[in-house]
Amino acid sequence: MVKKPVEAPQADYAQRYGFRDAEKPLFRARLGLSSEVVEEISWLKGEPAWMRDLRLRALEVFRKKPMPTWGGDLSGINFDDIYYYVKPADHQVRNWDDVPQYIKRTFDRLGIPQAERQFLAGVGAQYDSEVVYHNLHEELVKQGVLFLDTDTALREHPELFQQYFGTVVPPADNKFSALNSAVWSGGSFIYVPEGVQVTVPLQAYFRINAEKLGQFERTLIIAEPGSYLHYVEGCTAPIYSADSLHAAVVEIIVKPGARVRYTTIQNWSTNVYNLVTKRAVAYQDSIMEWVDGNLGSKVNMKYPAVFLMEPGAHGEMLSVAFAGKGQHQDAGAKMVHAAPHTSSVVVSKSISKDGGRSSYRGLVKVYPGSVGAKASVRCDALVLDDESRSDTYPYMEVEEEQASVGHEATVSKIGSEQLFYLMSRGLSETEAATLIVSGFIEPIVKELPMEYAVELNRLIQLQMEGAVG
Amino acid sequence: MPQPLFVIEDLHVSVEGKEILKGVNLTVERGQLHALMGPNGSGKSTLAHTLMGNPHFQVTQGRVLLKGEDILSLPPDERARRGMFLAFQYPVEIPGVKVRHFLRMAVKASKGEEPSVTDFRRQLFEKMALLEMDRSFSERYVNEGFSGGEKKRNEILQLAMLQPEMAVLDEADSGLDIDALRAVANGINKLAGPQMGMLLITHYQRILNYVEPHFVHVLFDGRIVRSGGMELAQELEAKGYDWIAGEAAV
Ligand SMILES: Nc1ncnc2c1ncn2[C@@H]1O[C@H](COP(=O)(O)OP(=O)(O)OP(=O)(O)O)[C@@H](O)[C@H]1O
Ligand SMILES: [Mg+2]
Repeated sequence: MVKKPVEAPQADYAQRYGFRDAEKPLFRARLGLSSEVVEEISWLKGEPAWMRDLRLRALEVFRKKPMPTWGGDLSGINFDDIYYYVKPADHQVRNWDDVPQYIKRTFDRLGIPQAERQFLAGVGAQYDSEVVYHNLHEELVKQGVLFLDTDTALREHPELFQQYFGTVVPPADNKFSALNSAVWSGGSFIYVPEGVQVTVPLQAYFRINAEKLGQFERTLIIAEPGSYLHYVEGCTAPIYSADSLHAAVVEIIVKPGARVRYTTIQNWSTNVYNLVTKRAVAYQDSIMEWVDGNLGSKVNMKYPAVFLMEPGAHGEMLSVAFAGKGQHQDAGAKMVHAAPHTSSVVVSKSISKDGGRSSYRGLVKVYPGSVGAKASVRCDALVLDDESRSDTYPYMEVEEEQASVGHEATVSKIGSEQLFYLMSRGLSETEAATLIVSGFIEPIVKELPMEYAVELNRLIQLQMEGAVG
Repeated sequence: MPQPLFVIEDLHVSVEGKEILKGVNLTVERGQLHALMGPNGSGKSTLAHTLMGNPHFQVTQGRVLLKGEDILSLPPDERARRGMFLAFQYPVEIPGVKVRHFLRMAVKASKGEEPSVTDFRRQLFEKMALLEMDRSFSERYVNEGFSGGEKKRNEILQLAMLQPEMAVLDEADSGLDIDALRAVANGINKLAGPQMGMLLITHYQRILNYVEPHFVHVLFDGRIVRSGGMELAQELEAKGYDWIAGEAAV
């Protein structure tokens, strides 16, 4: 068939997101991981002793824990060849004009200041290890909402911080949460007071610039009873031949009757290992929703969890993963029912192309006594060619008889009759396949705010170009 | 003499090694409506799909000329851009894709430029009114959960939006109740013009009470065995396809 020439997707990524800045950082910790590096990070940040000690203990845990033998292939990570802390700027500002020129150029190019003006209530921007910009609408400040970078929160709100930090994801939870706890830097801290509704999204943007960087942001969100929050995060990085590591920890506390929606558009370059621990605890009649778009990274291992602790709590996970050439998306969800009449819904859509591999790995756990708990898991995979692969690992541990747990999984290909139908209307083969893929993920995309829906569809389109046949 | 719009010459087509069309010849001029009738399995849809370029069907012999150029080596999208259209007997579902989004892409792809939102919307609602379709229909996902009749209307809606030069309608009438049949027939009559050629594939004379063809052809066992005017359709209706079978056997 006749095909129009197209750019390689990675070339397009390079132009849109993959550019790099050659500027020297203000400070860079020496290569590799040691207790000296950990202490140095803590000292530079002027942290209290309890945090320094927590970091050092976490480092020990990290060293003792073996690498996971399931999920993605992590053998390419060399922990000695990573910079654990790179500080780009002297201090954080609340005005884009005050961001150092070279950093501002990056965020301008990514459209972040523009997005803030148009449709966001607050923005945080992290560049390598530190948050360089942070701002929140006056309105929300007056209502007592806190939206800070996590380092500032530790300095300015120590009691609140200490009360919750590490309670949802303890350092010893897994090897990478231990690593994060040892060297964490940046991330978002959000506190929404009782009854306050943050209807316009807050966004954080994470940018890796330096080569061989490890980015270890730490996010903590506390939603007081009856409050509402929609938080969005995005991320990109330049394309380097050496690999980078991103190991974040996200902890969320959803108090009774509160609702939190956490949306991620993950678009790392394909040299980034993305190993993230995200977990929420949800109390009585609260709602926790994860909306997760995974397009980038080399190996992505991410299983956002909701612990449903009290009656009526509801957890939701809507995810899209796209595994292109050389990518392994090992993503899923974990729903833990620990109280009666809790409910959870998981909808996962994955697309594999050009030898990419996507896996759904999920756990539904229902503890005894969770009478009337309801859980449903639905995984749909679309495999675009014969070299690509899709797997499903849905673990179910149901210890309560009066609970209903459902699981459905489908694997499909793009039907030749569908392609023919669309092509008979003038669409090229690539356009037709892209349209079918965008329809496939529509149930998730329609949950996103319009700007992000457009963005996600555009990213999928980039991935699809030059793809089929 | 001006060049004919559309010519099928000695077309032989096989599916999975089995010959289905065994030498079809047909010429359609602009402004002409041809009806193609024939029993189940005679090869009508095979012909329709082959004309549009479905790669599942292998042409083993013959030519298909659109405005004088052989289109058989072209992919379906290129044929569409050159003015071909096929209304499907069994339109497929495209889950998650809204009718209006699909139509906009189709119009853009076949016309080569993006229509303005205002123009597109106006045109869409105008054509939907013509086919007595509710506007909310354009928000539904393409063919997903559509009734048989809704699928057929949706095909004619696409015809209306794309305004091709040569349209093949594969059983646009089957499965329609009387009101839907009238709406579809009405649409076809309004859309057919002096510039368009149409090949209307049908089993029954029923739709021909509303849409009057200039020519009627009967396809039997991969060949056109009879051609004539409306009277042929009436004769078929009265005598059934067994009559043709009897004749063809002779
Ligand atoms: N994909 C296929 N694989 C095998 N045989 C096929 C295929 N498509 C069509 N055929 C065969 O080709 C012959 C013609 O089928 P076709 O669909 O063209 O008939 P038709 O005239 O459109 O029938 P109907 O009136 O039922 O729509 C039939 O014998 C059918 O079984
Ligand atoms: Mg047929």
